[in-house]
Amino acid sequence: MNPGQALQEIGAAERPLDPFRQTLARQALQLERGRTTTLQINVGLLCNQSCRHCHLGAGPDRQENMSTETAEEVIAYAERSGFDIIDITGGAPELNPNIQTLIKQLYSLAPRLMIRSNLSVLNDRERDELTGLLKDRRVVIVASFPSYNEAQSDSQRGKGVFQASIDALRKLNAMGYGQSGTGLELDLVSNPTGAFLPTPQGQMEQRFREVLKKKWGIVFNHLYSFANVPLGRFRQWLLQSGNLESYLQRLASRFNPCAVEGLMCRTLVSVSWDGYLYDCDFNLARDLPLGGTRTHVSHMEGPPEPGSAIAVGDHCYTCTAGAGFT
Amino acid sequence: MDTYYKPEDLAKFEEIGKEAPDLARKFFDYYNAVFAEGALTEREKALIALAVAHAVQCPYCIDAFTQGCLEKGSNVAEMTEAVHVVTAIRGGASLVHGVQMRNIVQKISM
Repeated sequence: MNPGQALQEIGAAERPLDPFRQTLARQALQLERGRTTTLQINVGLLCNQSCRHCHLGAGPDRQENMSTETAEEVIAYAERSGFDIIDITGGAPELNPNIQTLIKQLYSLAPRLMIRSNLSVLNDRERDELTGLLKDRRVVIVASFPSYNEAQSDSQRGKGVFQASIDALRKLNAMGYGQSGTGLELDLVSNPTGAFLPTPQGQMEQRFREVLKKKWGIVFNHLYSFANVPLGRFRQWLLQSGNLESYLQRLASRFNPCAVEGLMCRTLVSVSWDGYLYDCDFNLARDLPLGGTRTHVSHMEGPPEPGSAIAVGDHCYTCTAGAGFT
Repeated sequence: MDTYYKPEDLAKFEEIGKEAPDLARKFFDYYNAVFAEGALTEREKALIALAVAHAVQCPYCIDAFTQGCLEKGSNVAEMTEAVHVVTAIRGGASLVHGVQMRNIVQKISM
Protein backbone atom coordinates (compact mmCIF):
# COMPACT_ATOMS: atom_id res chain seq x y z
CA MET A 1 0.00 0.00 0.00
CA ASN A 2 1.30 3.44 -0.80
CA PRO A 3 -0.39 6.83 -0.64
CA GLY A 4 -0.44 7.28 -4.41
CA GLN A 5 -2.18 3.93 -4.85
CA ALA A 6 -4.65 4.54 -2.04
CA LEU A 7 -5.43 7.99 -3.41
CA GLN A 8 -5.91 6.73 -6.94
CA GLU A 9 -8.32 3.98 -5.84
CA ILE A 10 -10.36 6.02 -3.40
CA GLY A 11 -10.49 9.01 -5.74
CA ALA A 12 -11.49 6.71 -8.61
CA ALA A 13 -14.71 5.80 -6.80
CA GLU A 14 -15.98 9.28 -7.69
CA ARG A 15 -15.59 8.73 -11.47
CA PRO A 16 -17.99 6.84 -13.80
CA LEU A 17 -16.80 3.40 -14.92
CA ASP A 18 -15.41 3.20 -18.48
CA PRO A 19 -16.88 0.27 -20.47
CA PHE A 20 -14.38 -2.60 -20.63
CA ARG A 21 -14.24 -2.61 -24.44
CA GLN A 22 -13.43 1.11 -24.40
CA THR A 23 -10.56 0.52 -21.99
CA LEU A 24 -9.16 -2.16 -24.33
CA ALA A 25 -9.46 0.19 -27.32
CA ARG A 26 -7.78 3.06 -25.48
CA GLN A 27 -4.81 0.80 -24.75
CA ALA A 28 -4.79 -0.51 -28.35
CA LEU A 29 -5.42 -4.04 -27.06
CA GLN A 30 -7.13 -6.81 -29.03
CA LEU A 31 -8.98 -9.48 -27.08
CA GLU A 32 -9.55 -12.47 -29.33
CA ARG A 33 -9.16 -16.21 -29.06
CA GLY A 34 -5.88 -18.04 -29.25
CA ARG A 35 -5.84 -21.84 -29.48
CA THR A 36 -8.59 -23.16 -27.21
CA THR A 37 -7.07 -25.81 -24.96
CA THR A 38 -9.55 -26.04 -22.06
CA LEU A 39 -13.13 -27.22 -21.90
CA GLN A 40 -14.94 -26.08 -18.78
CA ILE A 41 -18.16 -27.91 -18.03
CA ASN A 42 -20.68 -26.34 -15.68
CA VAL A 43 -22.94 -29.25 -14.72
CA GLY A 44 -25.46 -27.10 -12.85
CA LEU A 45 -26.27 -24.70 -10.07
CA LEU A 46 -27.34 -27.23 -7.45
CA CYS A 47 -25.09 -26.85 -4.41
CA ASN A 48 -25.24 -27.78 -0.72
CA GLN A 49 -23.98 -24.26 0.13
CA SER A 50 -25.22 -20.74 -0.65
CA CYS A 51 -21.97 -18.76 -0.61
CA ARG A 52 -22.39 -14.98 -0.54
CA HIS A 53 -19.64 -14.47 -3.12
CA CYS A 54 -21.07 -16.96 -5.66
CA HIS A 55 -21.25 -15.31 -9.10
CA LEU A 56 -23.86 -17.87 -10.20
CA GLY A 57 -26.12 -17.78 -7.15
CA ALA A 58 -25.84 -21.56 -6.75
CA GLY A 59 -27.63 -23.23 -3.85
CA PRO A 60 -29.76 -26.12 -2.57
CA ASP A 61 -32.94 -24.83 -4.24
CA ARG A 62 -31.54 -24.40 -7.75
CA GLN A 63 -33.08 -26.73 -10.33
CA GLU A 64 -30.56 -26.19 -13.16
CA ASN A 65 -28.69 -29.49 -13.54
CA MET A 66 -27.12 -31.13 -16.60
CA SER A 67 -29.24 -33.97 -18.00
CA THR A 68 -27.90 -37.34 -19.15
CA GLU A 69 -28.59 -36.38 -22.77
CA THR A 70 -26.62 -33.11 -22.50
CA ALA A 71 -23.81 -34.90 -20.64
CA GLU A 72 -23.53 -37.33 -23.56
CA GLU A 73 -23.43 -34.41 -26.03
CA VAL A 74 -20.66 -32.75 -24.01
CA ILE A 75 -18.65 -35.98 -23.88
CA ALA A 76 -19.00 -36.35 -27.67
CA TYR A 77 -17.84 -32.74 -28.12
CA ALA A 78 -14.78 -33.37 -25.95
CA GLU A 79 -14.01 -36.52 -27.96
CA ARG A 80 -14.07 -34.73 -31.33
CA SER A 81 -12.21 -31.62 -30.07
CA GLY A 82 -9.11 -32.92 -28.28
CA PHE A 83 -8.70 -30.53 -25.35
CA ASP A 84 -5.60 -30.44 -23.13
CA ILE A 85 -7.62 -29.73 -20.00
CA ILE A 86 -11.19 -30.54 -18.98
CA ASP A 87 -12.45 -28.65 -15.94
CA ILE A 88 -15.74 -29.68 -14.28
CA THR A 89 -17.50 -27.08 -12.16
CA GLY A 90 -20.94 -26.11 -10.79
CA GLY A 91 -22.71 -25.54 -8.28
CA ALA A 92 -21.35 -28.54 -6.50
CA PRO A 93 -20.61 -30.86 -9.44
CA GLU A 94 -20.55 -33.81 -7.06
CA LEU A 95 -24.34 -33.48 -6.75
CA ASN A 96 -25.06 -34.02 -10.45
CA PRO A 97 -26.40 -37.57 -10.97
CA ASN A 98 -24.22 -37.94 -14.11
CA ILE A 99 -20.95 -36.96 -12.46
CA GLN A 100 -19.47 -40.48 -12.27
CA THR A 101 -20.30 -41.14 -15.93
CA LEU A 102 -18.68 -37.81 -16.89
CA ILE A 103 -15.51 -38.66 -14.95
CA LYS A 104 -15.29 -42.16 -16.40
CA GLN A 105 -15.83 -40.95 -19.98
CA LEU A 106 -13.78 -37.75 -19.87
CA TYR A 107 -10.62 -38.85 -18.07
CA SER A 108 -9.20 -40.55 -21.14
CA LEU A 109 -10.11 -37.62 -23.42
CA ALA A 110 -7.67 -35.03 -21.99
CA PRO A 111 -4.28 -35.22 -20.28
CA ARG A 112 -5.64 -33.21 -17.34
CA LEU A 113 -9.10 -33.63 -15.81
CA MET A 114 -10.07 -31.29 -12.97
CA ILE A 115 -13.09 -31.01 -10.69
CA ARG A 116 -13.96 -27.93 -8.62
CA SER A 117 -15.16 -28.82 -5.14
CA ASN A 118 -16.55 -26.81 -2.24
CA LEU A 119 -15.04 -29.52 0.04
CA SER A 120 -17.98 -29.73 2.49
CA VAL A 121 -19.96 -31.86 0.03
CA LEU A 122 -17.23 -34.52 0.14
CA ASN A 123 -17.89 -35.30 3.82
CA ASP A 124 -21.17 -37.01 3.00
CA ARG A 125 -20.63 -40.79 2.99
CA GLU A 126 -22.67 -40.92 -0.21
CA ARG A 127 -19.68 -39.28 -1.91
CA ASP A 128 -17.18 -41.99 -0.92
CA GLU A 129 -17.63 -43.92 -4.17
CA LEU A 130 -17.07 -40.69 -6.14
CA THR A 131 -13.93 -39.70 -4.20
CA GLY A 132 -12.60 -43.22 -4.79
CA LEU A 133 -13.23 -42.75 -8.51
CA LEU A 134 -11.49 -39.35 -8.49
CA LYS A 135 -8.45 -40.95 -6.86
CA ASP A 136 -8.48 -43.91 -9.22
CA ARG A 137 -8.61 -41.67 -12.33
CA ARG A 138 -6.09 -39.17 -10.91
CA VAL A 139 -8.56 -36.32 -11.21
CA VAL A 140 -7.14 -32.99 -9.97
CA ILE A 141 -9.26 -31.54 -7.15
CA VAL A 142 -9.47 -27.73 -7.08
CA ALA A 143 -11.03 -26.83 -3.75
CA SER A 144 -12.56 -23.59 -2.50
CA PHE A 145 -10.82 -22.44 0.67
CA PRO A 146 -11.12 -18.65 0.90
CA SER A 147 -9.51 -17.98 4.27
CA TYR A 148 -7.88 -19.75 7.19
CA ASN A 149 -9.87 -17.51 9.50
CA GLU A 150 -12.97 -19.43 10.59
CA ALA A 151 -15.21 -16.43 11.26
CA GLN A 152 -14.46 -14.74 7.93
CA SER A 153 -14.76 -17.99 6.01
CA ASP A 154 -18.10 -18.92 7.63
CA SER A 155 -19.40 -15.42 7.06
CA GLN A 156 -18.85 -15.93 3.33
CA ARG A 157 -19.74 -19.61 2.94
CA GLY A 158 -22.14 -20.44 5.78
CA LYS A 159 -21.91 -21.46 9.42
CA GLY A 160 -19.89 -24.61 9.98
CA VAL A 161 -18.46 -24.71 6.45
CA PHE A 162 -14.94 -23.87 7.60
CA GLN A 163 -14.71 -26.87 9.93
CA ALA A 164 -16.35 -29.09 7.30
CA SER A 165 -13.69 -27.92 4.82
CA ILE A 166 -10.88 -28.75 7.25
CA ASP A 167 -12.39 -32.21 7.78
CA ALA A 168 -12.61 -32.77 4.01
CA LEU A 169 -9.03 -31.60 3.41
CA ARG A 170 -7.80 -34.03 6.07
CA LYS A 171 -9.78 -36.82 4.43
CA LEU A 172 -8.28 -35.98 1.02
CA ASN A 173 -4.77 -35.80 2.50
CA ALA A 174 -5.33 -39.25 4.08
CA MET A 175 -6.25 -40.58 0.61
CA GLY A 176 -2.95 -39.21 -0.70
CA TYR A 177 -4.28 -35.99 -2.27
CA GLY A 178 -1.82 -33.12 -1.89
CA GLN A 179 0.93 -35.48 -0.68
CA SER A 180 4.19 -35.43 -2.61
CA GLY A 181 4.91 -38.44 -4.77
CA THR A 182 1.33 -39.67 -5.05
CA GLY A 183 0.41 -37.90 -8.29
CA LEU A 184 -2.85 -36.85 -6.63
CA GLU A 185 -3.06 -33.09 -7.05
CA LEU A 186 -4.99 -30.97 -4.56
CA ASP A 187 -5.15 -27.25 -5.30
CA LEU A 188 -6.84 -24.56 -3.24
CA VAL A 189 -8.67 -21.45 -4.39
CA SER A 190 -8.76 -18.43 -2.10
CA ASN A 191 -11.20 -15.56 -2.62
CA PRO A 192 -11.29 -12.37 -0.56
CA THR A 193 -14.00 -12.51 2.07
CA GLY A 194 -15.50 -9.17 1.03
CA ALA A 195 -15.23 -6.14 -1.26
CA PHE A 196 -11.46 -6.03 -1.49
CA LEU A 197 -8.89 -7.48 -3.84
CA PRO A 198 -6.91 -10.67 -3.32
CA THR A 199 -3.41 -10.93 -1.97
CA PRO A 200 -0.79 -11.67 -4.65
CA GLN A 201 -0.85 -15.42 -5.25
CA GLY A 202 2.75 -16.21 -4.30
CA GLN A 203 2.53 -14.49 -0.92
CA MET A 204 -0.84 -16.05 -0.22
CA GLU A 205 0.29 -19.57 -1.11
CA GLN A 206 3.30 -19.37 1.21
CA ARG A 207 1.17 -18.09 4.10
CA PHE A 208 -1.58 -20.72 3.62
CA ARG A 209 1.03 -23.48 3.40
CA GLU A 210 2.58 -22.43 6.71
CA VAL A 211 -0.70 -21.94 8.58
CA LEU A 212 -2.55 -25.03 7.29
CA LYS A 213 0.42 -27.26 8.07
CA LYS A 214 1.03 -25.78 11.51
CA LYS A 215 -2.58 -25.62 12.72
CA TRP A 216 -4.19 -28.62 11.05
CA GLY A 217 -1.38 -30.67 9.48
CA ILE A 218 -2.89 -30.10 6.02
CA VAL A 219 -0.83 -30.09 2.82
CA PHE A 220 -1.73 -29.09 -0.72
CA ASN A 221 -0.04 -28.58 -4.09
CA HIS A 222 -0.92 -25.08 -5.32
CA LEU A 223 -3.03 -22.15 -4.22
CA TYR A 224 -4.80 -19.84 -6.64
CA SER A 225 -5.85 -16.41 -5.47
CA PHE A 226 -8.86 -14.97 -7.33
CA ALA A 227 -10.84 -11.76 -7.07
CA ASN A 228 -14.58 -12.04 -6.50
CA VAL A 229 -16.60 -11.41 -9.65
CA PRO A 230 -19.32 -8.76 -9.29
CA LEU A 231 -22.13 -10.95 -10.57
CA GLY A 232 -24.90 -13.08 -9.07
CA ARG A 233 -25.20 -13.27 -5.30
CA PHE A 234 -21.94 -11.33 -4.77
CA ARG A 235 -23.27 -8.42 -6.84
CA GLN A 236 -26.47 -8.41 -4.76
CA TRP A 237 -24.40 -8.23 -1.59
CA LEU A 238 -22.23 -5.43 -3.04
CA LEU A 239 -25.38 -3.49 -3.90
CA GLN A 240 -27.08 -4.05 -0.54
CA SER A 241 -23.94 -3.18 1.44
CA GLY A 242 -23.25 0.00 -0.56
CA ASN A 243 -19.96 -1.37 -1.92
CA LEU A 244 -20.85 -1.93 -5.60
CA GLU A 245 -19.57 1.30 -7.16
CA SER A 246 -16.38 1.48 -5.12
CA TYR A 247 -15.63 -2.22 -5.80
CA LEU A 248 -16.14 -1.84 -9.56
CA GLN A 249 -13.90 1.21 -9.56
CA ARG A 250 -11.31 -0.63 -7.49
CA LEU A 251 -11.21 -3.42 -10.10
CA ALA A 252 -11.04 -0.94 -13.00
CA SER A 253 -8.32 1.15 -11.34
CA ARG A 254 -6.13 -1.97 -11.15
CA PHE A 255 -6.51 -2.69 -14.90
CA ASN A 256 -3.30 -4.38 -16.00
CA PRO A 257 -2.82 -4.37 -19.80
CA CYS A 258 -0.23 -7.14 -19.46
CA ALA A 259 -2.92 -9.47 -18.03
CA VAL A 260 -4.98 -9.39 -21.25
CA GLU A 261 -2.77 -11.78 -23.19
CA GLY A 262 -3.06 -14.46 -20.50
CA LEU A 263 -6.82 -14.21 -19.91
CA MET A 264 -8.46 -17.62 -19.62
CA CYS A 265 -11.20 -16.70 -22.10
CA ARG A 266 -8.58 -16.74 -24.87
CA THR A 267 -7.95 -20.45 -24.39
CA LEU A 268 -11.12 -21.80 -22.72
CA VAL A 269 -14.63 -22.61 -23.80
CA SER A 270 -17.34 -23.05 -21.20
CA VAL A 271 -20.42 -25.24 -21.64
CA SER A 272 -23.42 -24.77 -19.40
CA TRP A 273 -25.77 -27.38 -17.90
CA ASP A 274 -28.12 -26.94 -20.88
CA GLY A 275 -25.35 -27.42 -23.45
CA TYR A 276 -24.88 -23.83 -24.59
CA LEU A 277 -21.42 -22.37 -25.00
CA TYR A 278 -19.76 -19.33 -23.42
CA ASP A 279 -16.33 -17.72 -23.38
CA CYS A 280 -16.06 -18.28 -19.62
CA ASP A 281 -18.10 -19.19 -16.55
CA PHE A 282 -18.66 -15.48 -15.78
CA ASN A 283 -20.16 -14.83 -19.20
CA LEU A 284 -22.33 -17.87 -18.51
CA ALA A 285 -23.51 -16.16 -15.32
CA ARG A 286 -24.26 -13.00 -17.35
CA ASP A 287 -25.77 -15.06 -20.22
CA LEU A 288 -23.35 -13.55 -22.74
CA PRO A 289 -23.01 -16.38 -25.28
CA LEU A 290 -19.81 -17.53 -26.98
CA GLY A 291 -18.53 -14.74 -29.22
CA GLY A 292 -21.98 -13.12 -28.94
CA THR A 293 -23.79 -15.96 -30.77
CA ARG A 294 -25.95 -18.56 -28.99
CA THR A 295 -24.48 -21.94 -29.96
CA HIS A 296 -25.28 -25.44 -28.69
CA VAL A 297 -22.47 -27.92 -28.04
CA SER A 298 -24.09 -30.44 -30.38
CA HIS A 299 -23.59 -27.99 -33.28
CA MET A 300 -19.89 -27.36 -32.65
CA GLU A 301 -17.44 -29.30 -34.80
CA GLY A 302 -14.48 -28.56 -32.57
CA PRO A 303 -12.92 -25.84 -30.42
CA PRO A 304 -13.72 -22.22 -31.35
CA GLU A 305 -11.41 -20.93 -34.09
CA PRO A 306 -8.31 -18.90 -33.15
CA GLY A 307 -8.95 -15.22 -33.81
CA SER A 308 -12.69 -15.46 -33.12
CA ALA A 309 -14.44 -12.82 -31.02
CA ILE A 310 -14.85 -12.95 -27.24
CA ALA A 311 -17.92 -11.43 -25.55
CA VAL A 312 -17.03 -8.92 -22.82
CA GLY A 313 -18.77 -6.93 -20.09
CA ASP A 314 -17.74 -4.75 -17.18
CA HIS A 315 -17.27 -7.87 -15.01
CA CYS A 316 -14.18 -8.53 -17.20
CA TYR A 317 -12.30 -5.95 -15.09
CA THR A 318 -12.12 -8.72 -12.47
CA CYS A 319 -9.80 -10.78 -14.65
CA THR A 320 -7.55 -7.87 -15.61
CA ALA A 321 -7.08 -6.48 -12.09
CA GLY A 322 -3.49 -6.89 -10.97
CA ALA A 323 -1.92 -10.17 -11.97
CA GLY A 324 -5.12 -11.44 -13.60
CA PHE A 325 -7.26 -14.55 -13.36
CA THR A 326 -6.40 -18.07 -14.51
CA MET B 1 -17.87 22.68 7.77
CA ASP B 2 -19.96 20.07 9.58
CA THR B 3 -17.05 17.74 10.30
CA TYR B 4 -13.26 17.97 10.19
CA TYR B 5 -12.83 14.48 8.66
CA LYS B 6 -14.37 13.64 5.27
CA PRO B 7 -13.47 10.44 3.34
CA GLU B 8 -13.27 12.38 0.05
CA ASP B 9 -10.52 14.58 1.51
CA LEU B 10 -8.09 11.67 1.28
CA ALA B 11 -8.21 12.03 -2.51
CA LYS B 12 -6.89 15.59 -2.04
CA PHE B 13 -3.75 14.38 -0.28
CA GLU B 14 -1.61 14.98 -3.37
CA GLU B 15 -2.57 18.66 -3.30
CA ILE B 16 -0.23 18.97 -0.35
CA GLY B 17 2.55 19.01 -2.96
CA LYS B 18 1.32 22.21 -4.62
CA GLU B 19 3.12 24.64 -2.33
CA ALA B 20 6.22 22.53 -1.68
CA PRO B 21 6.57 19.98 -4.51
CA ASP B 22 10.17 19.00 -3.77
CA LEU B 23 9.41 18.21 -0.16
CA ALA B 24 6.23 16.32 -1.13
CA ARG B 25 8.10 14.26 -3.72
CA LYS B 26 10.80 13.38 -1.19
CA PHE B 27 8.16 12.39 1.34
CA PHE B 28 6.18 10.18 -1.09
CA ASP B 29 9.35 8.59 -2.51
CA TYR B 30 10.48 7.80 1.03
CA TYR B 31 7.00 6.54 1.97
CA ASN B 32 6.84 4.20 -1.02
CA ALA B 33 10.35 2.89 -0.32
CA VAL B 34 9.43 2.21 3.32
CA PHE B 35 6.45 0.03 2.35
CA ALA B 36 8.28 -2.00 -0.30
CA GLU B 37 9.21 -5.60 0.52
CA GLY B 38 12.45 -5.67 2.53
CA ALA B 39 13.61 -7.46 5.66
CA LEU B 40 9.93 -7.26 6.63
CA THR B 41 7.22 -8.42 4.24
CA GLU B 42 4.66 -6.00 2.80
CA ARG B 43 2.05 -7.82 4.90
CA GLU B 44 4.00 -7.24 8.13
CA LYS B 45 4.60 -3.59 7.28
CA ALA B 46 0.90 -3.05 6.58
CA LEU B 47 0.03 -4.57 10.00
CA ILE B 48 2.50 -2.23 11.73
CA ALA B 49 1.02 0.72 9.82
CA LEU B 50 -2.52 -0.30 10.81
CA ALA B 51 -1.54 -0.47 14.47
CA VAL B 52 0.25 2.88 14.39
CA ALA B 53 -2.72 4.42 12.54
CA HIS B 54 -4.82 3.57 15.59
CA ALA B 55 -2.24 5.02 17.98
CA VAL B 56 -2.09 8.31 16.07
CA GLN B 57 -5.87 8.06 15.50
CA CYS B 58 -5.72 8.90 11.78
CA PRO B 59 -9.04 7.90 10.13
CA TYR B 60 -7.53 8.20 6.64
CA CYS B 61 -4.73 5.80 7.57
CA ILE B 62 -7.14 3.38 9.27
CA ASP B 63 -9.28 3.31 6.09
CA ALA B 64 -6.31 2.81 3.76
CA PHE B 65 -4.46 0.24 5.87
CA THR B 66 -7.53 -1.81 6.78
CA GLN B 67 -7.98 -2.42 3.05
CA GLY B 68 -4.21 -2.73 2.65
CA CYS B 69 -3.91 -5.39 5.37
CA LEU B 70 -6.75 -7.46 3.89
CA GLU B 71 -5.25 -7.25 0.41
CA LYS B 72 -1.79 -8.18 1.72
CA GLY B 73 -3.24 -11.36 3.21
CA SER B 74 -3.90 -10.56 6.87
CA ASN B 75 -7.19 -11.60 8.41
CA VAL B 76 -9.36 -9.77 10.91
CA ALA B 77 -8.02 -11.79 13.86
CA GLU B 78 -4.44 -10.77 13.06
CA MET B 79 -5.47 -7.16 12.51
CA THR B 80 -7.34 -7.07 15.83
CA GLU B 81 -4.28 -8.43 17.64
CA ALA B 82 -2.14 -5.72 16.02
CA VAL B 83 -4.51 -3.06 17.39
CA HIS B 84 -4.26 -4.68 20.84
CA VAL B 85 -0.45 -4.54 20.63
CA VAL B 86 -0.49 -0.80 20.05
CA THR B 87 -3.16 -0.37 22.72
CA ALA B 88 -1.01 -2.24 25.23
CA ILE B 89 1.98 -0.02 24.45
CA ARG B 90 -0.11 3.12 24.58
CA GLY B 91 -1.80 2.10 27.84
CA GLY B 92 1.49 0.86 29.27
CA ALA B 93 3.14 4.16 28.43
CA SER B 94 0.57 5.92 30.61
CA LEU B 95 0.77 3.38 33.39
CA VAL B 96 4.55 3.29 33.61
CA HIS B 97 4.50 7.04 34.29
CA GLY B 98 2.80 6.05 37.53
CA VAL B 99 6.34 5.35 38.73
CA GLN B 100 7.06 9.08 38.43
CA MET B 101 3.88 9.82 40.34
CA ARG B 102 4.96 7.41 43.05
CA ASN B 103 8.48 8.90 43.16
CA ILE B 104 7.02 12.38 43.71
CA VAL B 105 4.60 11.11 46.34
CA GLN B 106 7.51 9.47 48.18
CA LYS B 107 9.63 12.61 47.98
CA ILE B 108 7.04 14.97 49.37
CA SER B 109 5.33 12.68 51.83
CA MET B 110 6.27 11.84 55.41
